[in-house]
Amino acid sequence: MQSRTSSWIWKSFLALILMAMACVGARGQDLKSFEQRITTKVLPNGLTLIVCERPEAPVFSYSTFIDAGDVNDPAGDSGLAHMFEHLAFKGTSEIGTNDYAAEKVALEKVEAANDAYQAEYLKPVGQDPSKLAELKKAFAAAQAEAHKFVVPNEFTEVAERNGATGLNASTGLDSTQYFWSMPENRLELWAWLESARLADTVPREFYKERDVVMEERRMRTDSSPIGRLFEQFLATAYVAHPYGRSSIGWPSEVGQITATEAMAFHKKYYVGSNEVVVVVGDVKASETMPILEKYFSKVPGGPKPEEMTTVEPVQFAEKTVVIREQTQPLYLEGYHRPDYRDPDDAVYDAISDILSNGRVSRLYRSLVRDQQIAAGAEGFSPYPGDKYPGLFAFFAVPLPGHTPAEMRDAIHKEIEKLKVADVSDAELQMYKTRSRADLLRGLANNQGLANTLAEYQTRYGDWRELFKQLDKVDKVTKADIRRVAKQVFVSTNRTSAEIDTEPQAAGATKDGGAE
Amino acid sequence: MRYLEMNQMEASPRSHKRGLGHPILIASALCAALLATVALNAQQGKPWEKIPVPKLHDFKPQQPRRIELKNGIVVFLQEDHELPFVSGSVMIPGGSRDEDAAKAGLVSLYGQTWRTSGTGKLSGDAMDDLLEAKAAHIETGDDIDSTSLAWDSLKGDADQVFALAMDLLFHPKFSAEKLALAQQQEATGIVRRNDDEGEIAEREASKLVYGANSPYTRQPELATIGAVTLKDLDAWHQQTLKGKLIVGISGDFDAAAMEARVRAAFEGLPTAKPAPARHDEFAGPKPGVYFINKEDVNQSNVEIVALGTDRRNPDVPAITVMNEILGGGFASRLFQKVRTELGLAYAVGGGFGMAYDHPAAFRAEVLTKSPSTVDATRAALAEIAGLKSAPFTEVELKRAKDNILNSFLFRYDSKDKVLAERERLEFYGYPADYLETYKSALEKVTLADLTAVAKKYIHPEKMAILVVGNAPEIKPGLDELKLGAIQPVDITIPKPAGMPGGAQK
Repeated sequence: MQSRTSSWIWKSFLALILMAMACVGARGQDLKSFEQRITTKVLPNGLTLIVCERPEAPVFSYSTFIDAGDVNDPAGDSGLAHMFEHLAFKGTSEIGTNDYAAEKVALEKVEAANDAYQAEYLKPVGQDPSKLAELKKAFAAAQAEAHKFVVPNEFTEVAERNGATGLNASTGLDSTQYFWSMPENRLELWAWLESARLADTVPREFYKERDVVMEERRMRTDSSPIGRLFEQFLATAYVAHPYGRSSIGWPSEVGQITATEAMAFHKKYYVGSNEVVVVVGDVKASETMPILEKYFSKVPGGPKPEEMTTVEPVQFAEKTVVIREQTQPLYLEGYHRPDYRDPDDAVYDAISDILSNGRVSRLYRSLVRDQQIAAGAEGFSPYPGDKYPGLFAFFAVPLPGHTPAEMRDAIHKEIEKLKVADVSDAELQMYKTRSRADLLRGLANNQGLANTLAEYQTRYGDWRELFKQLDKVDKVTKADIRRVAKQVFVSTNRTSAEIDTEPQAAGATKDGGAE
Repeated sequence: MRYLEMNQMEASPRSHKRGLGHPILIASALCAALLATVALNAQQGKPWEKIPVPKLHDFKPQQPRRIELKNGIVVFLQEDHELPFVSGSVMIPGGSRDEDAAKAGLVSLYGQTWRTSGTGKLSGDAMDDLLEAKAAHIETGDDIDSTSLAWDSLKGDADQVFALAMDLLFHPKFSAEKLALAQQQEATGIVRRNDDEGEIAEREASKLVYGANSPYTRQPELATIGAVTLKDLDAWHQQTLKGKLIVGISGDFDAAAMEARVRAAFEGLPTAKPAPARHDEFAGPKPGVYFINKEDVNQSNVEIVALGTDRRNPDVPAITVMNEILGGGFASRLFQKVRTELGLAYAVGGGFGMAYDHPAAFRAEVLTKSPSTVDATRAALAEIAGLKSAPFTEVELKRAKDNILNSFLFRYDSKDKVLAERERLEFYGYPADYLETYKSALEKVTLADLTAVAKKYIHPEKMAILVVGNAPEIKPGLDELKLGAIQPVDITIPKPAGMPGGAQK
């Protein structure tokens, strides 16, 4: 039962989409049983702590949810929130260093050397090549000097040695999350590590890590046909809102972010009022809460940072991106929709469920089973985020010999059906039944539950909303679906992006640079 | 974006372990040295070392009940009353490595068509409608050495869904229409298989290790999937169903009633036939530097590969610890050097693969920008060769064991994981206490063991290096590696006459 390289590419497309979508999956079971197992506390610094008792095995998972992501990157600094997230693995003034006092001085010199180098590098005219080379050398020397005080990866090493599993973090446009699981007897050790990295981040090895992030961009975006397609799609769909900006960062911007800028981002956004920390597992709130309080009180207080206020203007012209390359064809389109607080939020979920969920879905049956023009077709929403108005998107993979244009026409036919006729009772009921079951299934996993509770607490100010969402699901009517479809799925609100296959030029064989 | 690439987390094939989460007992020979380290740390006042680590709560993972039927079929029942669901699966020996090479892709087509076709009583489409209305699922799947049928539903629907699943298991009716649909899906995968650089690298690296025509790596082509008929699917089904099935059921059910239901379904089958022994040969790669040009990328995928090992090898515990030191964690040599120190990669990792019944591959992977391809390859090769030349230290050994042993708990921290592990051991014929003995062996690994396995298994001169990347951007070129002529790999997709859709490179 080893996993085998899957040639069925649709699976990887779906995985990509699911990863890209905000977590809106689980929604509500027995609120009462959770009321008894969940304890919430807001610390004087504004940080919210949630402990959920689930003593299935002697382990716990945590999720730290920061209400800031790459939408909060200042203009010219796309990718900053993500860069900071990488920095949060580099340790503190106590871990990851052999002499912090000396290191601090050395790090200040690194910043000064980088500033000097950048000033020369960015000169519009009169750049002096020899001076530039000199400054570059000085920058490298300053980094080497600072490196002497580093104990590389000590923070993650201590976590791993103590059994941390699934240690990772993720930065989205809306938020940043840090998470792992550990044996329950390491709870206090974890609280020390996590609170320290939130409160006392040191901009250590920042410029090496920036190179690492540039490699991440090459992998996810530049060298991936789907990555390129999605980046161009969003950049075209949005003219003003940062949802249209590359979230890993445009190369010229993320490539010039400084440690000073990353620390300024931290100062502004990593305040208690912007953070929720959730622990789920074999823990007792009565014993755990005092420990969490002791450590997480170290996180700086401060006002909740002001929200990003750019509002995407109403789209009035249909937009299309065509990428012509040797990749096989793909089709993607999207329509602007409101954010997660909209009263119709559950109606969008109903539409994507009816159009896309499984082999009973309308898009599968129409494009895959009956017309046999696509290997797969899905509608999903909201994308790329839910905190601000996102898109309702459709994605289709043509079968060999079929074109993006056929995908577009077939998708539009299905959309039209939603506008002119009600969905069936069976379809609507299926959506409601599946929503309830999905929520239940999501409760049997410490990490998933921690992430979901943290998200709901942040977005609604109350984790209970996770369960209350089912009321909204139950209220969706057939008329709602028609009304929303008519309102949103109109051509002036549409952006599409496709890959059209260009044949390979003859004689293009190279051997990796061997002359 | 994530801090770590998920594949990277999986790159180190960590052991699975079931047992009690006791604190690690350190071999007495190491005690003095370790105590000295701890004392030194305490003097330096590392704050996290002052934090108490209490005794772990007592935990005895709940084992599923194992029932062996007279015909040899094995059933595992794992009760779990946390949520009102019941799920189950049947594992069937025989997978894609057993299919006819001229019909490569048969088992994959079978895995799809079996479910979508449905049964004599209920078509696959009607089954979709019925199940989805209940938020229930029945799915069939395929793998290299097995196929499977799995189901899940809310408790209230469990009897009906079980009956449907058994109908599909014993009375499938393969449909020509659904086979054609599956062939289209498969064809889509084939014509698209050279679009993504990572997919190319993974596939072609395996082919270097096992050989392009090996049952472990041969790939379906448009011609071979086109050769598969309904009769083939039916024959495959009839044949594999005679094997030793393993049934596993977990969830919110009454054990006595479930046992009766499962017995009624499986007890009447004839005695299970043992799987025929395989006689595969594993020569390992032909050493050298291989290259695949892809001009729409700015990053090279570098794969350094050799033959790995299987879990029956008594050296596996020591190899596991060596893996951890080479590429397993944040403190591993590859991560520290190539990512943290040199900043040459986001995704880097590697180690010896360990399969249950055949040698897996050794694999180290680095993804780096085109111009640093040679530097990153050299750096990774140096770390691999360094396993023999740079002596392992007590600190590395202790750290690697801590990493592995302190996270063992997560191999059995849910009832479903315990069940899956038992099914796996049963399937491959390993003792039920395999993981306990394995854990003990891991605890006993010494520096001398590490040195011995490095000497025995690390042979850089026998490794193949595959680079997928953008030739004009790779400067300096791969010839700078000075490991012989660069061998281009042809990945052109064979295009049979009369196939629509222009398969191309």
